[in-house]
Amino acid sequence: MNPRRKKRLAMVASILIGISAVFGLVLYALSQNIDLFFTPSEISQGKKETGLKASLGQRIRIGGLVVPGSVKRDPESLKVSFKLSDMTMPIVFKDSDITVTVYFEGMLPDLFREGQGIVANGTLAEHPLTGLSIEASEVLAKHDENYMPAELAEAAGQKHEKSTYTDKQLQSKNTSGY
Amino acid sequence: MWKWLHPYANPEVSYHLTNKLLPWLSALAAIFLSIGLVWALLFAPADYQQGDSFRIFYVHVPAASLSMGIYFAMAIAAFSSLVWQLKLADASAAAMAPVGAAFTAIALITGAAWGKPMWGTWWIWDARLTSELILLFLYLGVIALHNAFEDKNLAGKAAGILTLVGVVNIPIIKYSVDWWNTLHQGSTVSKLGRPSMSLDMLWPFIVCFIGFSLLVAVIISLRFRNEILARNSIRPWVRELVKNHTR
Repeated sequence: MNPRRKKRLAMVASILIGISAVFGLVLYALSQNIDLFFTPSEISQGKKETGLKASLGQRIRIGGLVVPGSVKRDPESLKVSFKLSDMTMPIVFKDSDITVTVYFEGMLPDLFREGQGIVANGTLAEHPLTGLSIEASEVLAKHDENYMPAELAEAAGQKHEKSTYTDKQLQSKNTSGY
Repeated sequence: MWKWLHPYANPEVSYHLTNKLLPWLSALAAIFLSIGLVWALLFAPADYQQGDSFRIFYVHVPAASLSMGIYFAMAIAAFSSLVWQLKLADASAAAMAPVGAAFTAIALITGAAWGKPMWGTWWIWDARLTSELILLFLYLGVIALHNAFEDKNLAGKAAGILTLVGVVNIPIIKYSVDWWNTLHQGSTVSKLGRPSMSLDMLWPFIVCFIGFSLLVAVIISLRFRNEILARNSIRPWVRELVKNHTR
């Protein structure tokens, strides 16, 4: 390689390394803020590295798995509450898991079911009965990366049914804009 | 070591090579895409949770990974253009940018269309979606810079620097779902070991992916050919070509 090309190569390479270093440090510094949500254990104990904790009344997002058997729906209205626990692999639910209860009024996304990953957006509150809870204004379903045909899923015992609503429930909130 | 590559730095040789490759690439792209899309959209089994909505996967995932792949190829072209001052590398980068932008837009739009029924929202500012949107803006910036100067060498240099600055975004897009918690799911296909998809859903995906890659190769070759002609319009071989063509 002639000296001019060598010089240009060194220049381009140093620009690339410099920019990567800058971006790496910026992302590292911002890493807590880039997270989309708090997990239930982060809400009760604070983030792992920084100890950053959400305060009561703060608007946050929570992400976790819907604890089986915890979904309670009001037969008269679209009010629903369910517990979320941390997403861990493999998925096992224990009684000792830290959970946060989510209260929500509205239509749930199609993918909502027990054991499903959920991201909810709302204010953190201390509920007299259930402890730390989220008054959610929005519930989003987090899909996992697994795809399988219905027959296979049924064989594995993972049938999925959409939530159904009675007319009474639907009329209780006529602003359910889905 | 690199001697065998030298003839291809000549625009005329590259033009004729592209011309020879094009019919083969087009035929293969048509075969793979028609088999892949029919298989994926009509015959692959529906997902147990999402039903038929999951079929957008067969367009969304190839578009998204090609949007990153094209950017990486563009960065390699920009790098060799800046270091070795290859004029053809600039031409190829200029040919790639709009194709990459189109595929990024397809990935974003199909993702939003899927997100509304499945997640419950069109858009969320999580790390994966935001970094992919930044990729679209990088492409638009590169296209703008290629067209901003009369002098094509200067334009190529400016666009090349932006391309190289933006290349740090590629690993961020790829690993965003692992580094941070996001609403977007982790990768299904490119996982080391076993992909999280049953095989009768995976095979049509592989065929579709090859098909879309070939389609990208065809479009870029067409654009590359035009770039060569436009940039060498005063050369005698181009004039000869045009004369023979119009006669």
